[in-house]
Amino acid sequence: MSFSVTEPSARTKWFAGLLVVGYAIVTLIPLLWIIATGFKSPADSIAYPPVVVFEPTLEGYVNLFTDRTRATEGMLEEAGPPTTWYEEIVRERGTVITGPSRYGERFLNSVIIGFGSTALCMLLGTMAAYAFSRFRVPLKDDLLFFILSTRMMPPIAVAIPIFLMFRSLGLNDTHLGMILLYTAVNLSLSVWLLKGFIDEIPIEYEEAALIDGYTRFQAFYKVVLPQAATGIASTAIFCLIFAWNEYAFAVLLTSGNAQTAPPFIPTIIGVAGKDWPAVAAGATIFLVPVMVFTILLRKHLLRGITFGAVRK
Amino acid sequence: MTNHAIESAAKQTPDGLARRIRGLSDRAIAWIFVAPTIILLLAVNIFPLIWTIRLSFTNFRVNRPNKDVEWVGLRNYERILSDSDIWNTMQATAHFLIWTIVLQVLIGFTLAYLINKKFKGNDLWTTIIVFPMMLSPAVVGNFWTFLYQPQIGLFNYAIAFFTGADPASFSMIGDVHLAPWAIVIADTWMWTPFVMLICLAGLRSIPDSIYEAAECDRASKWRQFWTITIPMALPFLMLAVLFRGIENFKMFDLVVQLTGGGPGNTTTLTSIDLKREAFERWRTGYSSAYAVILFVTVFGLASIYVKALNKVKER
Repeated sequence: MSFSVTEPSARTKWFAGLLVVGYAIVTLIPLLWIIATGFKSPADSIAYPPVVVFEPTLEGYVNLFTDRTRATEGMLEEAGPPTTWYEEIVRERGTVITGPSRYGERFLNSVIIGFGSTALCMLLGTMAAYAFSRFRVPLKDDLLFFILSTRMMPPIAVAIPIFLMFRSLGLNDTHLGMILLYTAVNLSLSVWLLKGFIDEIPIEYEEAALIDGYTRFQAFYKVVLPQAATGIASTAIFCLIFAWNEYAFAVLLTSGNAQTAPPFIPTIIGVAGKDWPAVAAGATIFLVPVMVFTILLRKHLLRGITFGAVRK
Repeated sequence: MTNHAIESAAKQTPDGLARRIRGLSDRAIAWIFVAPTIILLLAVNIFPLIWTIRLSFTNFRVNRPNKDVEWVGLRNYERILSDSDIWNTMQATAHFLIWTIVLQVLIGFTLAYLINKKFKGNDLWTTIIVFPMMLSPAVVGNFWTFLYQPQIGLFNYAIAFFTGADPASFSMIGDVHLAPWAIVIADTWMWTPFVMLICLAGLRSIPDSIYEAAECDRASKWRQFWTITIPMALPFLMLAVLFRGIENFKMFDLVVQLTGGGPGNTTTLTSIDLKREAFERWRTGYSSAYAVILFVTVFGLASIYVKALNKVKER
């Protein structure tokens, strides 16, 4: 290794590493606590002092996906002995399953709205970004700033007219309405990020393709799109995460039909009081996919969170 | 996959139409590509904004659609600006904004500085630290209420463990003095990584040669830090503050789940107050005026700040 005056000494590195790892562990504790609470029994979840070693149970997950009621003698006789493992868990608490809970539906809504808005946003965003990157668009800078400024608006501020507008169009509490809304919110991010990625592809590639007899459209989808694939993929994940996490519009504009998981998870309650293991189970299922995405995104993370302003 | 989909779509396009598309000028293509985005944004962002501005001059109420709508001029604005509750809300927002930014900048910059020492495995730990900011604020906020429970909450237990206080003796979200700090702590936990990432990019953008030159001139490490590191990382730091400032001015999801604005009105940030006026008291005209004032404030402050940022960059 070559000697350099700017290379920190081994002791400095060790010390810096120690502090950073210490911070990382402290910051991870709340997340690990969510995951662990999902596998605790109700008694363990509210034990004092908090328990770290416990007997794991799937009760939280069973409670998350089912509606239950306190069983009377007659109901138990009628239902007979439990036939499945999850019925057994429920019976131990003196309750019977009355049906599936709404969590599955809400989760599915999150998936439909998240993926739907991401797909639409990528389609519109790639086209607009390509045009802004390659063509002389009149008032280009003004339009780009306008697109960015739509992100500054507090969601609550535009929620009233959107509510009125959606009501008159019959879009309130529908998947389509939420997909259009999230697409509009995400467009600023996708246009700015994708423009940055497309700017980096040398224009000579397309010129060569055009000389070879490709049309503009062919040059766009045969040359530019494959080159921008990683950029498009990471932008798509950012849009998906945003739509996945969004709460303000979801809580104001949806109630039954198209409600997503974030407004639903905090409303989960058990037969007697707040059922924290079930809440934690719901949160775990909802949060873990995002953690996986974060690992996939790590190279483009910085660019994504700053709308392409910082590129490393 | 996208490529394939577009290709097959192109093949299905009838010949006549395809020839017409191929014959389009670049200018026409540019418009066709940009128009859908602009139209959608006009419909979902600008149109509602104009509608909000219009409503702000009326006494319209969504829950009474049959009542006559009266034009009240600037009365809504006068009432908001002379309302002392709104100023309390603004104070709560300012407390939240200032302390989250101060803490996040201090911790975030320190972390970035340490990570930039390039110890072994720094990439892995950076990714781990980033997790909280990618998660759903509402879901996380809801779970923090569990951590903040007196007696059984992990946060109270940890504080009690280190200070010897009784973990049941204080309630982070039930106490009027502690609640404003409860939301600051949760937000700092969540968003410090954001500031850290941007600062790290700033630190990595400083070329080694500058430090080498300073070393030749026998400048102390302390002096190098204040005359090279800080000024060169400043534009990045200011960018991070801009993003956090705008986001926390709009803050709704995390805090509404954590405290719901209580106890009393101690954590009622402007977005939460606005939501109450608009969707609980249904004073649509009044809350529209409120929304306009907020938007003008954010936009005004942000543009002044961006001007300052550009000046720093030019230096």
